[in-house]
Amino acid sequence: MPIKESYIYQVFWRRFRGNRFAVAGGIVVLILFLVSLLAPWITPYDPDSLDLYQVLMPPSADHWFGTDELGRDVFTRVIFGAKISLKVGFVAVGIAVLVGTVIGLVSAYYGGWVDNVFMRFVDIMLCFPTFFLILAVIAMLEPSIWYIMIIIGLTGWMGVARLVRAEVLSIRERDYIMAARAIGASDLRIIFRHVLPNAMSPVLVSASLGVAGAILTESALSFLGIGVQPPTPSWGNILTSGKDYIEFAWWLSLFPGLAILVTVLSYNLLGEGIRDALDPRLNR
Amino acid sequence: MAQYLIKRLLLMIPLLFGITLITFTVIHLAPGEPVEMQVAMNPKVTAEARERLRKFYELDKPLHVQYVKWVGRLSRLDFGRSFAPDGRKVVDKIRERIPVTLSLNIIALVLQFGIAVPIGIFAATRRDTPLDKGITVFVFLGFAVPTFWLALLLMYVFGVKLGWLPISGLHSMGSEGMGTVAWLLDMARHLILPVSVATFSSLAGLSRYMRSTMLEVIGQDYITTARAKGLSERTVIYRHALRNALLPVITLLGFSVPGLIGGSVIFETIYALPGMGQLFYMGVMARDYPLVMGILVIGACLTLVGNLLADIGYALADPRIRH
Repeated sequence: MPIKESYIYQVFWRRFRGNRFAVAGGIVVLILFLVSLLAPWITPYDPDSLDLYQVLMPPSADHWFGTDELGRDVFTRVIFGAKISLKVGFVAVGIAVLVGTVIGLVSAYYGGWVDNVFMRFVDIMLCFPTFFLILAVIAMLEPSIWYIMIIIGLTGWMGVARLVRAEVLSIRERDYIMAARAIGASDLRIIFRHVLPNAMSPVLVSASLGVAGAILTESALSFLGIGVQPPTPSWGNILTSGKDYIEFAWWLSLFPGLAILVTVLSYNLLGEGIRDALDPRLNR
Repeated sequence: MAQYLIKRLLLMIPLLFGITLITFTVIHLAPGEPVEMQVAMNPKVTAEARERLRKFYELDKPLHVQYVKWVGRLSRLDFGRSFAPDGRKVVDKIRERIPVTLSLNIIALVLQFGIAVPIGIFAATRRDTPLDKGITVFVFLGFAVPTFWLALLLMYVFGVKLGWLPISGLHSMGSEGMGTVAWLLDMARHLILPVSVATFSSLAGLSRYMRSTMLEVIGQDYITTARAKGLSERTVIYRHALRNALLPVITLLGFSVPGLIGGSVIFETIYALPGMGQLFYMGVMARDYPLVMGILVIGACLTLVGNLLADIGYALADPRIRH
């Protein structure tokens, strides 16, 4: 029923728009996308070009964020780093959502021992300090941004699986599912047309928060030297040199960190905004 | 209660088994062998010597045999010997590192709850005032600050700029000659920055959680009843609401263990603290399989223990759980 659906979106949109923080978060996320797409046109410098006469220069009109130990423009590297961060955030969360949704759906739908096995698996995975697990696997593989995204995704699906399972279990019992059964809809049609779309809204929220988490994890890995490898700029690996030169060059530490902070903050605000706008119990 | 405890303990057995299985699989599925690492360092190693090394580490056996042997040794708390040149027992290496990580995390955990619970109550009881909003902003900032960046900033401000605090290690040079009190004070000074960072890392999440459970409880009928009876607001909040709002927070205590242990890699590396996180990082870099597997298993078991303690606490506080 198209009329009703568009009404739901209108209500969502109106509530979302009323939340200034969420809108601000959304705008910053959009700007970040534009910046990472247009990076080569925003800055006159090349992220990898060295200038040994301009080593560790403090911020100035020429170099807004200063230069690093090889004379590269930090502003340029931060902007190019945005691309890596967004890519990691989205691919990792995409994997986590996919795996989590399938496992949650299968668990709830089949129930019984299948559910039991999957949920115990979730429990076990949740016991591990995730960062240890990621570190152990990444360090044994060839350094590659794809491995990083896959591993972050494969260690982050458990929350989504639990969410989807809980949603599906409750949706399964609703009247409209019964009605769909009664008119003879197939299992697959019920799952994909009626159950999944209704179960996805909490997943959307956790995905938005998950992007923030994945960006934090990638930057921490790169900071430790086993994430994105230099010379490819990432916020984490710029901070590594920030640490090495902390006594002489505060700008190397300040700006990439601020970039992470602003990005993560925006995704969190966006996610919370979506949650509040979706939640019918909050009538503000 | 005893019945509940037994049931709870029995449930841990399959989890323990799963932890070892996942640890083993993850480490052995990764390409490359530790022997390769040692061989790559030294081109003079012959094929024969290489085989001898593999045999020594039992890498020539099929995987399932290796797994069964490993679990068998684990059940006797034998984690094997480190692949590092010193070849010491993994248990010994972990044992000397665990106190640093545990005490750091326990201090941080206590501080986190000590600070987050009052903040949460404060924000909940003053809902939608400027103060509550200010706390919310602080909470969102706290969520977004990368721990290692905060560690760097504090290091810069208090260590480099102001020179008030030491920025690395656990003791100053020449601390061996100090008296006990001076030695302890010296260590405490070294711990201020790492503990602050570790505390801050979960403060935001905890205080927000506390605020929302508090708000939920305040909306309940029995709180309205308590108010209707004419009890003072203080009694209502601290005697009736707080007790019930604290329950879910106990559960969170168990959940925060893996995050704390995982986070220790970062601040132990930055502040050069000789703890488990640093040991793990070095082990991973050197592909020290027994060490890495040992720490993974122990880290996961610490989480299990944390969850168990949280569940017991919950059961003690809430009779509905026990029955």
